[in-house]
Amino acid sequence: MPIDILMPALSPTMTEGKLAKWLKQEGDEVTSGDILAEIETDKATMEVEAVDEGVIGKIMVAEGTEEVPVNQVIAVLLEDGEDASAISAAPAAAPAAAAPAPAVEAPAAAAPAGAPPMAAPAPAEPEWTGATITQTVREALRDAMAEEMRANERVFLMGEEVAEYQGAYKVSQGLLDEFGAKRVVDTPITEHGFAGLGVGAAMYGLKPIVEFMTFNFAMQAIDHIINSAAKTHYMSGGQITSPIVFRGPNGAAARVAAQHSQCYASWYSHIPGLKVVSPYSAADAKGLLKSAIRDDNPVIFLENEILYGQSFDVPDSPDWTVPIGKAKVVRPGKDVTITAFSIMVGKALEAAEQLAADGIDAEVIDLRSLRPLDSETIVASVQKTNRLVTCEEGWGYSGIGSEVASVVMEQAFDWLDAPVKRIYGVDVPMPYAANLEVLALPQASHIVDGAKEVCYRG
Amino acid sequence: MASSKAAASRAGSKRKAAAAPIKASVEELQKYYRDMLLIRRFEEKAGQMYGMGLIGGFCHLYIGQEAVVVGVQAAMGPLDTVLTSYRDHAHMLACGMDPKGVMAELTGRSGGYSKGKGGSMHMFSHEERFYGGHGIVAAQVPIGTGLAFAHRYLEEDAVSVTYLGDGALNQGQVYESFNMSALWSLPAVYVIENNKYGMGTSIERSSAKSTELYHRGQAYGIPGIQVDGMDVLAVREAAEKALGHARSGKGPFIMEMMTYRYRGHSMSDPAKYRSKEEVQKVRQERDPIERLRGIMIERKVMDEDHLKALDKEVKAIVSEAADFAQTSPEPDPAELYTEVYV
Repeated sequence: MPIDILMPALSPTMTEGKLAKWLKQEGDEVTSGDILAEIETDKATMEVEAVDEGVIGKIMVAEGTEEVPVNQVIAVLLEDGEDASAISAAPAAAPAAAAPAPAVEAPAAAAPAGAPPMAAPAPAEPEWTGATITQTVREALRDAMAEEMRANERVFLMGEEVAEYQGAYKVSQGLLDEFGAKRVVDTPITEHGFAGLGVGAAMYGLKPIVEFMTFNFAMQAIDHIINSAAKTHYMSGGQITSPIVFRGPNGAAARVAAQHSQCYASWYSHIPGLKVVSPYSAADAKGLLKSAIRDDNPVIFLENEILYGQSFDVPDSPDWTVPIGKAKVVRPGKDVTITAFSIMVGKALEAAEQLAADGIDAEVIDLRSLRPLDSETIVASVQKTNRLVTCEEGWGYSGIGSEVASVVMEQAFDWLDAPVKRIYGVDVPMPYAANLEVLALPQASHIVDGAKEVCYRG
Repeated sequence: MASSKAAASRAGSKRKAAAAPIKASVEELQKYYRDMLLIRRFEEKAGQMYGMGLIGGFCHLYIGQEAVVVGVQAAMGPLDTVLTSYRDHAHMLACGMDPKGVMAELTGRSGGYSKGKGGSMHMFSHEERFYGGHGIVAAQVPIGTGLAFAHRYLEEDAVSVTYLGDGALNQGQVYESFNMSALWSLPAVYVIENNKYGMGTSIERSSAKSTELYHRGQAYGIPGIQVDGMDVLAVREAAEKALGHARSGKGPFIMEMMTYRYRGHSMSDPAKYRSKEEVQKVRQERDPIERLRGIMIERKVMDEDHLKALDKEVKAIVSEAADFAQTSPEPDPAELYTEVYV
């Protein structure tokens, strides 16, 4: 059977081109790799190479012809022992399926509607009724890691100064003594490298906890967090997992200025394939970190330096965990809903006390998980209070508050008695000067004002 | 230290290839020939199918470089792992992955290794110990170093083999990886596939000391060797040395494979940065498949009939893969939403 040589698509977008020049003529022998013709596209002149061997039986499109559609037969190749008489059997026109890269049709009709892209809903959180101990957030995080490392040999901690220095913020204190240098690994200052190394180890079945001294430095590593860790399960058709935790302090500390004071909550929450948590209390820090280590997905665990030293009651049990994807009502109320996470939960609670003095009963929700977001708890609260104030330390633009406001727009619009109010950091790089830094960060007073605004109580 | 040894062994291996008796069995020679031919025919078919619009997006062909993966694979142990960049079809075939599944991924069909969701640049196989298929230049280097870390952590008799191009070698994360790999003596072999061009930029225009890329680990004490990457037997011999080094706990090893890609960087490369004569010259004088074919005929390992039969067998495999890749159904629309999370 003679072989049709088709007008090739030479780029992802090419649909037609000019057959500029034939380099082989009828009767010429060709072997695979020989250049047959030159084709001009809108971008470049390209060569067409032979794939099969044989003799050019007939040239179907003369050189100089413009607008030759992709997949039109441009020549016919005769194989061993065939002569030109075989050609009449060959089709002369372009086959019907002429389109290059199959055009993507609008998925609206075919794709299932109302897709559930987020992870499955979190299991109900058990109420802790047992004994508690008072711990700092720092101690709670350390205990979470130690307990999980005791339970699973494949869990290890790596990062800058996590071992001999005992942690730049002393979160990993004592872990080297208990687990040794094999499982508590001091890295060079090489975020891009050790983040990628951690992902490779996770793909092979280890469970790394990668500590960033702060999440500001994780920008050096963000390609591996997103392109290597978050996307690989999908890209591999479900074959490869990246069970890894990236943790460290996030957001503003105190007087460390612009490059060391940024909240990355909305950056990571944007990414399908990642889970993102950001706890406030020591109990949640411990329970969520244990869940994050056990999770088979990459988890971004955003801590806060100022909270490290604050103390809370923590359930006294190595088996106790907090499910990812579950918000917590930390102060019930009926007049206005205030959502917050991390250090802003403290400020929201402070604001709620002030509001109570003014006769406004605020409900404060600690989001805890930012992806997946517990929209059920948020919506249920707004359906009760009819008003919403969102709080975050980071910038408002494309922020977590914008996402929470969207959820409420979509799922509880009819229950709203006032527009949603967002409280967030001022839209500038963090200044160093003490007075300017205070002005740049959202304070409890801003939350109070915002709550009064949505309650029409100026 | 490493450099003078490496240079000596380079000169030596060239002379040896010409004169010394071949240290491979008939079966081995046949296998290397067949594996290289399979890669070439597979890639030619992929190029053709791209031209027909059956393969979309980017498609980076390996034609010309076949001796590198086939030679390295021949030296690997059963637990060793492999990963590479986006020019990855050949590595998967060499690892033993099914040509049907690879081709069907190129056409974006449900029978592809990633169910059509990864494409040419993103495929994996736990079974064949292939860990991608990475689309970001050099990102595979820290990940491969992480595989080596895991092999050591789990006390396995395994080496992580990471392929990277000459272009990738200028990324900072490569040196971050070299540093940790040497610091912790990880069982890692880095195979630089030097095909002379990072996309359209020649190594002379992109890389300092471009004739000695195998020295790039010197500052970390990582030995390097330059190898004729168009000679499958020279590649195998060098890879045995490199893998042996890494396996014995002496830490990482770098191999620079001097090779050449005949086709463009990707399918949409007009190749204006090099002359046709340059490409033709390599094809005629250094082609790895023709070279092995010549040796086999000269030494009467195989006659023309045998070789023709092999050609036929390989063509049938490729044509079966191409058929499968066109008849396997597109992924179900519901697949859009699956496997985002475990």
